[in-house]
Amino acid sequence: MGLFQKHQALERHSLLLTVGILVVVAIGGLVEIAPLFYLENTIEKVQGMRPYTPLELAGRNIYIREGCYTCHSQMVRPLRDEVERYGHYSLAAESMYDHPFQWGSKRTGPDLARVGRKYSNEWHLDHMTNPRSVVPESIMPPYAFLSDNTLHFDDIADHLKTLRFEGVPYTDDMIENAKTDLIAQVDPDADYDSQDALVARYEEASGRKGTITIGDFDSDRTRITEMDAVIAYLQMTGTLVDFSTYEADDLSNRR
Amino acid sequence: MAGSIAGVATLVGIACLGSLLIAANAIDPMMEAHAWIFFFLTAFALLSIGIWAGGLTGRNPFDESFYEDTIVKFGVAAAMFWGIAGFLVGVIIALQLTWPNIFYFPDLGWTNFGRLRPLHTSAVIFAFGGNVLIATSFYVVQRTSRTRIAGGLWPWFVFWGYNLFIVIAGTGYLMGVTQSKEYAEPEWYADLWLTIVWVAYLLVFLGTLWKRKEPHIYVANWFYLSFIVTIAMLHIVNNLSIPVNLSGSKSYQLFSGVQDALTQWWYGHNAVGFFLTTGFLAIMYYFIPKRAQRPVYSYRLSIVHFWSLIFIYIWAGPHHLHYTALPQWAQTLGMTFSIMLWMPSWGGMINGVMTLSGAWDKLRTDPVVRMMVVSLAFYGMSTFEGPLMSVRAVNALSHYTEWGIAHVHSGSLGWVGFISFGALYCLTQWLWKRPALYSKSLVEWHFWLATIGIVFYIVALYFAGIIEGLMWRAYNEYGFLEYSFIETVDAKHINYMIRTVGGGLYLTGALIMAYNLVRTALGHGEAADVAVTEPNRTPALQPAE
Amino acid sequence: MYETLSHFAQTWGLALFVAMFAVALVYALWPTNKTKFREAAYLPLEDKDPGDE
Repeated sequence: MGLFQKHQALERHSLLLTVGILVVVAIGGLVEIAPLFYLENTIEKVQGMRPYTPLELAGRNIYIREGCYTCHSQMVRPLRDEVERYGHYSLAAESMYDHPFQWGSKRTGPDLARVGRKYSNEWHLDHMTNPRSVVPESIMPPYAFLSDNTLHFDDIADHLKTLRFEGVPYTDDMIENAKTDLIAQVDPDADYDSQDALVARYEEASGRKGTITIGDFDSDRTRITEMDAVIAYLQMTGTLVDFSTYEADDLSNRR
Repeated sequence: MAGSIAGVATLVGIACLGSLLIAANAIDPMMEAHAWIFFFLTAFALLSIGIWAGGLTGRNPFDESFYEDTIVKFGVAAAMFWGIAGFLVGVIIALQLTWPNIFYFPDLGWTNFGRLRPLHTSAVIFAFGGNVLIATSFYVVQRTSRTRIAGGLWPWFVFWGYNLFIVIAGTGYLMGVTQSKEYAEPEWYADLWLTIVWVAYLLVFLGTLWKRKEPHIYVANWFYLSFIVTIAMLHIVNNLSIPVNLSGSKSYQLFSGVQDALTQWWYGHNAVGFFLTTGFLAIMYYFIPKRAQRPVYSYRLSIVHFWSLIFIYIWAGPHHLHYTALPQWAQTLGMTFSIMLWMPSWGGMINGVMTLSGAWDKLRTDPVVRMMVVSLAFYGMSTFEGPLMSVRAVNALSHYTEWGIAHVHSGSLGWVGFISFGALYCLTQWLWKRPALYSKSLVEWHFWLATIGIVFYIVALYFAGIIEGLMWRAYNEYGFLEYSFIETVDAKHINYMIRTVGGGLYLTGALIMAYNLVRTALGHGEAADVAVTEPNRTPALQPAE
Repeated sequence: MYETLSHFAQTWGLALFVAMFAVALVYALWPTNKTKFREAAYLPLEDKDPGDE
């Protein structure tokens, strides 16, 4: 029996067994994952998405470093209670520039996909410094040390370059001015020209106005801290997309 | 023989020089610390290899007429050490969530939950589980192939290289070096190192199969092989990233958003499937028959079990992404295959349990056998629960809640933990050639403490998960959400306390086990009765028996 | 392209899966393999270590 001998070979020869295993396990991944890489169909067309500003990116990296994703999701599901609690359900488009994604898997704390602009900078500062000072029942760790840590951003332009290589549409202009953009966003006393330039650059990418928040996020004017960056990041989450341009019933959005 | 020593020395030497170069140019303190750790440990390894090879004076250290058992002994010790470390960190983070005012230290940011949680998960999965798998696979592939492990010094490279990866990963989490991809947190350079180690592992394993003296490859080895091959594939694809600077620790994932999410959970789910399931099923297929002195219930079933399990498992990942921005057809596919997965899982469980048919008395008389059989009961429970949770409607309630944590712990503490403990008890007794374990009653203590601990743990969190899931979606009579988020956190406080007690009991059991294993290895108590009659170096591979 | 690929995934992927599973099943149940499997099942029990009762 030809068929039988074939199996005999698979069974007797460890290399064939290895290949057999590899083929079997590769199929599922290929079939499920490969289609998603045809982006234009997977990601909704909406207005407002732009790359992170250098300050937000630095803040996001601290969010990742501290393992915030272990307790906070960033993915609002299209369920009635979630939409009422957190806001519009999350779109694929909203994480298209997220390397890596931060959807999370556990809500020991609330979802943060749309926490941006819901609280003041001062609230965030107090909350991060000592969560139980503003929410007595909170079980979140304290992050006071972020206010003590000076933000290191000498190589921030390299970060933008790496991301551009991976497909995030940072312009030459953005990369060249990454450091001054970072300073301009966190320092309300910075000269207006550099602030205007920052806003112009990123609003053009976004295609809508009012997506950039400038401010001294940690109430410490003397220096730029990690707290500044984290709060700047949190304050922009979920605020970019203009939902008046999203048509949920459009055929291309029903997948 | 000399070739493998030179080969390992060359590779370690390159790693040593490379890390020195990076240490000198490091652009961030984390990379600097890691490069120095890497440098000193590889330099120490080189020195050790040199001294050891110099002292050989012509003796062949890789004598083909003996099994290589010393490396398995090291693996047993490493697994025990990392297991206790991982359980301890688990108890600490459970305490943090229960009493945040006591167990958080504002001045010690590196002890915060967000950094310790990956330390806990990696320590128990990769450090404890990984060392159990390496040790048992080296033991089993030698015994069932009737030949010494292949590759000379390379198996030692696999063992130490893997544990070096663990050290880099663990210290990295404490310093805040993470990719934030769950169960794949280590950064790009640790991933690269693990890739090298893993390729060596695959070749050592295959090499041993190639020179086997048995015509048939025993089914446990199929499971080990699928674990090694698939983890290699998953690890490489999920960790594709581009470092910002070759002398810096930070990298950016190649994929973004929805693609990154699907890749991650394809990885994450199959890490459960191929690391925590097929690897430990291999243990089941060798250690339960061996300990019970009965052949496996149905060898045919084991083959169907093998192929259907690896066929189906690989598809199930998208059930982690229900109701997200992932296209719905992929979610449905993931759900369908997850439900189908129930069948091979239970087929395997039945095969393991029924192996005891005709020897059921061993459940009563041998607590080690009982431990392994109870592990199968937990396996059956969590592989029934998993498909249930993958149904979209159930998932809507269970996802993001403590239910998920309860589920993974019934699988990990019950299934992976107990089958590993069983294997470690067996290996210690067999490797150190003891007639029995130091104390059977301590095994009983371990068994009952751990079992009660698991029950405390999972029952507390099932309730917590369902309570919070229902509270999140509760509406009051006016049509508004009834509870604020923080009220749902507060509602779990008692459950968190019970969970912590459960984890503490489990840790206590593991400490008792460690004590028992050490005394067994030393030949104390019940392990001492019969003197070792034959000289230690009786060739195992000659038909002397 | 997305439609083509996802359609392929949803139809032929499944068919392939069923076919491969059938092959494994046939192999496991093939009558002449029976003795071989019985011998294999005893593999772990036959290996005796020195010192192992």
